[in-house]
Amino acid sequence: MRSSQTTRYRSRLSEQTGFAPVGVPEYRNTGASREREGKNSFIQDSGKIRRSLIVALVFVGLLFWSALPCQARVYIDITAPYLRKIPTAVPLLKDMGPHNSPNKLTKTLADLLADTLAYTGFFQILDRRSFLEDPQQAGLMQHVINFKNWTDVGAELLVKGGLERRGNLLKVELRLFDTFGGRLIIGKRYTCHLADQRRVIRRFCNDIIRRLTGHEGIFNTQIAFVSTTTGHKEIYIADFDGYNPRQFTNTRAITLFPAWSSDGQYLAYTDYKRGSPDLYIKNIKERRGTVVSFPGSNITPAWAPGKFALAASLSYKGNPSIYLLTGKGKIIKKLTHHWGIDVSPAWSPDGKKLAFVSNRSGSPQIYIKDIESGKVRRLTFKGKYNTSPQWSPRGDYIAYTGLENGQTNIYLISTNGGCPVQLTRDAGKNESPAWSPDGSMIAFSSTREGPSRIYVMNANGWNQRRLLVLKGEQTDPTWSPRLSFR
Amino acid sequence: MRNRFWIGLSMIFLIPGVIFVTSCAKKPVKPAPSVVTPQAAKEAEAKRLAAEKARAAQKALEEQRIREERLRAEAKARREREEIARRERFVNEHIHFEFDKSRLLPEAKEILRRKAKWLKENPDVSVIIEGHCDERGTNEYNMALGDRRAHSAKSYLIDLGIAPERMKTISYGEERPFDPRHNEEAWAKNRRDQFVIQ
Repeated sequence: MRSSQTTRYRSRLSEQTGFAPVGVPEYRNTGASREREGKNSFIQDSGKIRRSLIVALVFVGLLFWSALPCQARVYIDITAPYLRKIPTAVPLLKDMGPHNSPNKLTKTLADLLADTLAYTGFFQILDRRSFLEDPQQAGLMQHVINFKNWTDVGAELLVKGGLERRGNLLKVELRLFDTFGGRLIIGKRYTCHLADQRRVIRRFCNDIIRRLTGHEGIFNTQIAFVSTTTGHKEIYIADFDGYNPRQFTNTRAITLFPAWSSDGQYLAYTDYKRGSPDLYIKNIKERRGTVVSFPGSNITPAWAPGKFALAASLSYKGNPSIYLLTGKGKIIKKLTHHWGIDVSPAWSPDGKKLAFVSNRSGSPQIYIKDIESGKVRRLTFKGKYNTSPQWSPRGDYIAYTGLENGQTNIYLISTNGGCPVQLTRDAGKNESPAWSPDGSMIAFSSTREGPSRIYVMNANGWNQRRLLVLKGEQTDPTWSPRLSFR
Repeated sequence: MRNRFWIGLSMIFLIPGVIFVTSCAKKPVKPAPSVVTPQAAKEAEAKRLAAEKARAAQKALEEQRIREERLRAEAKARREREEIARRERFVNEHIHFEFDKSRLLPEAKEILRRKAKWLKENPDVSVIIEGHCDERGTNEYNMALGDRRAHSAKSYLIDLGIAPERMKTISYGEERPFDPRHNEEAWAKNRRDQFVIQ
């Protein structure tokens, strides 16, 4: 019964999601043929995977029949200014192996699921102690679940799962249910190497977000930032949730202003490696690139959406002005023309407009230039110090840093102008907003706990929390576009 | 035990050696009384006096030379000290700015005039003008502001006749505070241009 179902689902999967159905045969094959097939299928798929992991990384997703009827319903509107968090139950996974007993993995994976979902700010994860059933006894199928057990504890969504471990191989089944509707929303089955459990959980969460919001999730994104962990300002890269921070530059100078290209392959940043602030454009994977080293300052790069080109502030002609450069560092043209300071360019998502900071009115304020017409208008009028604009991915808002009454905070303003909304308050110095690619979250730096650290919040200012703890101070966060799941 | 052996051995050689040396000492010889005429004595006396006079004159000359040399050395050292002091003053005297401003204040201009004078006296010196900001505001904007501050000083020095090729500007934004504290006093010190001799 089960194997015929699996075959059917597998063929559906290859139709619907485009993944080659290599998973199950590979899993059953010997190690040597697994390695061969693994390399063929996976290097092409994502490009950069640790070889040792490729060997056994295999997964099969299953899209269940019952998911189809409720396809149209949007559970979460991420564009809404105020969200009600959906009460969600994530019980321990069920061990479906021969021992059928709770173990460390059943909790690790359930916690990872709960944390990953909670990160989005869309879900209120319910306390497991209130749950009425034993996950080891209860079934995973829709027809055997007593949904009243879950509606009684207040859960509107239920994420259930089971796992079976054989050596270093892990089979995981994950399902999302609508408890009041009493139906399955998504069900997937994965087979993977034990070390890739986090990847599997993130993939499933991405599917959940896609189904519930109609938008892609951000579980395949990363955040780059500046940290003084080594005693020097260097760029670090961590996963979206702060997991696995790693040092990217090692120049022992001052490294600032990282900016991610829209294809996710390049980082541009300012570095004093050669003694003065030069612009470095670096391929992340190959670790090589170009240096833009005009006299004076070469700072605040911002990649043009969908292009191998970027805007940056250069001062070689006297005053800092914004220029458009190729990805190879050649100047295409000057974008701002004024005697004052023009700095911190930020592109609109369609690449047709450029926000930037200028002191042409006497104090730093945010301006928007229409690239085609060349017209410039002032956006911010409240306060005497408004800097570091970042255009929201949906194009409707600009997040920026404002200094008012000695307090530095993150604000949001409609691109049409109007009254700004203050997102942070009474919590140290808050700077450098960076949007998540889905526009649902903003990363920023804050000194609310003493040393500067990276924090994230929902775009309405809710759920502010620290992203990670590292030695030294962290500043200048920048969010990557969606990358391939590695 | 071993020491006693060595002492004994050295005595065996030392004692006969001492006896041998003393037995060979010369007997003292008495000098014969000299015969001197009065004429010759006078001449000798005159010669001696003349020599003494010459020696005195030479000594005086020598002393004067030493004195002059010392004075010269002292003057040189003083000049060098002054030169070092001027150089140190050039390096250590910062010019300061108002918050969020890059325009030169009157005191800053006065300091820059002194710096221009020194640069003219030392035509082979090149300088780096560093622009700095206080920690308030954002890093990005402060980097541009520091650039403007360094540039303000450079422009003024160019107006005072210093060749632009001798000056390079670098902005450090808020990266290198002079005073690490977080108060008005520290901020005032940190909003500065600093001059580094290349």
